[in-house]
Amino acid sequence: MSLWHRGWVHTLVLVAALVLIWQALYWWIGDVALASPAATLAYTAKLFATESFDAQVIETLRAFAIAYALSVVIGLAVGFWLGFDRLSGDTLEPMIVSLYAIPKLTLYPILLLAFGLGLSAKVAFGVLHGVIPIILFTLSAVHNTKPILIKTGRVLNLSRWQMVRWILFPAAVPEIFTGLRVGFALTLIGSLLAEMFASQRGLGYMLMNGIGLHNVELIMAVTLVIVVFAFAVSSLLLYVDQRLHRRA
Amino acid sequence: MSRLAWYRILVVGAAVALLEVLCLTGVIDKITMQAPHLIVRDLYRMLVSGRMNAAIAKTLSNTALALVLALGVGVIAGALLHRVRALRDTLDPLFATYYAVPVFAFYPFFIVVFGLGDLPQVLIAFMLGVVAVIVNTLNGLDRVPQVLLKTARIMQMSPVDTALRMTLPSAGPYLVTGVKLAVAYSFIGVIGSEFIMSRGGIGYEISFAYANFDNATMYPLILLILLASVAINGVLSRYEQRLLARRGMR
Repeated sequence: MSLWHRGWVHTLVLVAALVLIWQALYWWIGDVALASPAATLAYTAKLFATESFDAQVIETLRAFAIAYALSVVIGLAVGFWLGFDRLSGDTLEPMIVSLYAIPKLTLYPILLLAFGLGLSAKVAFGVLHGVIPIILFTLSAVHNTKPILIKTGRVLNLSRWQMVRWILFPAAVPEIFTGLRVGFALTLIGSLLAEMFASQRGLGYMLMNGIGLHNVELIMAVTLVIVVFAFAVSSLLLYVDQRLHRRA
Repeated sequence: MSRLAWYRILVVGAAVALLEVLCLTGVIDKITMQAPHLIVRDLYRMLVSGRMNAAIAKTLSNTALALVLALGVGVIAGALLHRVRALRDTLDPLFATYYAVPVFAFYPFFIVVFGLGDLPQVLIAFMLGVVAVIVNTLNGLDRVPQVLLKTARIMQMSPVDTALRMTLPSAGPYLVTGVKLAVAYSFIGVIGSEFIMSRGGIGYEISFAYANFDNATMYPLILLILLASVAINGVLSRYEQRLLARRGMR
């Protein structure tokens, strides 16, 4: 069996095991606090049939898509700049790394005050999460480019832009892609967290609303949708990532 | 201090000075943000008055509890998984995509199941931290040179001796990476969930102050969290680098 097939088998076994554990927990705890896998799936299907739920999903996806696009553009630009400019890179890199460790959720009130309650604050918060890994991976990708390639570019008298376009970018693609993959996950987390705190729309809001309604099925269905989406997309990205790294 | 450290101080100093000027000249109005020197003054007064001590203690004790659980369970699970190849292979896709799934999305679910006490927060913080510990434990155990284990066998060392004298020192730097991440994640988990919905703690106080337009409380608390997390992370990173340097890995 190829590595790829084995990976699929493991994933299937894993998903089956998780569903079994879920079902066992349901039998153990009961209806009060938990919905069974079947009931949650049925409720999810029912949710998707309603127009208001689709509107919430689209709202979340829209905030997420804008945030991710901005994260990619800003992350690549800053990453290449810090990669090129050794002094700025060495000065700022540890500072950006330490941004990773702070609970960024506490910064959200500042963004809310600056951007107001709504889409732009959500987007800003998503970018705040997603841009960091993209910067860091791009920076390290540029630093790790083989010197011979850069020397060749200099010999050919390439301009800075041509250097990025024809040498640095192709050489750095696998590592940059890893940054884009991690950035994808963190942007999603950021935009959902923003919705969970102070928002009137989107999946994060629905989750918080479910607590007030004490609607276990609703909470579990929305959680399931988020988890399946994140798991599926990041598995796909991981697969592409591994192929790129093997080719390089 | 190195030249780069001075540049970093310069960058932070310039940013703070810029904020100060923008606030004093009224470009950023008072409702949005207070001037940095006022934030520092308020933080000092807050800490001296001790009115946030209960919240700080609550956050710290929950963080510590989650951290201890994540480290204990993570190291043991990592050591076990290292022995059981089949289980490890099965769990690999989970580990690879774990941090792509927003763990906080489970928080409302935990609140409904366990009530609005400390348990949901500790559980979220634990879930965030434990996988980082498992992955780094596995990583460390993978890199213990075979020759050390063979030597231990030749010298007929007991399993405990082998673990303490061979495996642990050898896997040490990777374990420290796991600890560093677990500290950051449990802090993020506790404060984040306090912030979303809870009955106490620093995160709760920030969201409460935000809801009441109480900038004189909110900004000092945010500053406190920033300083604390940057300081803790800095100390652990330095220790990690030292271990790596001693091993000639950097």
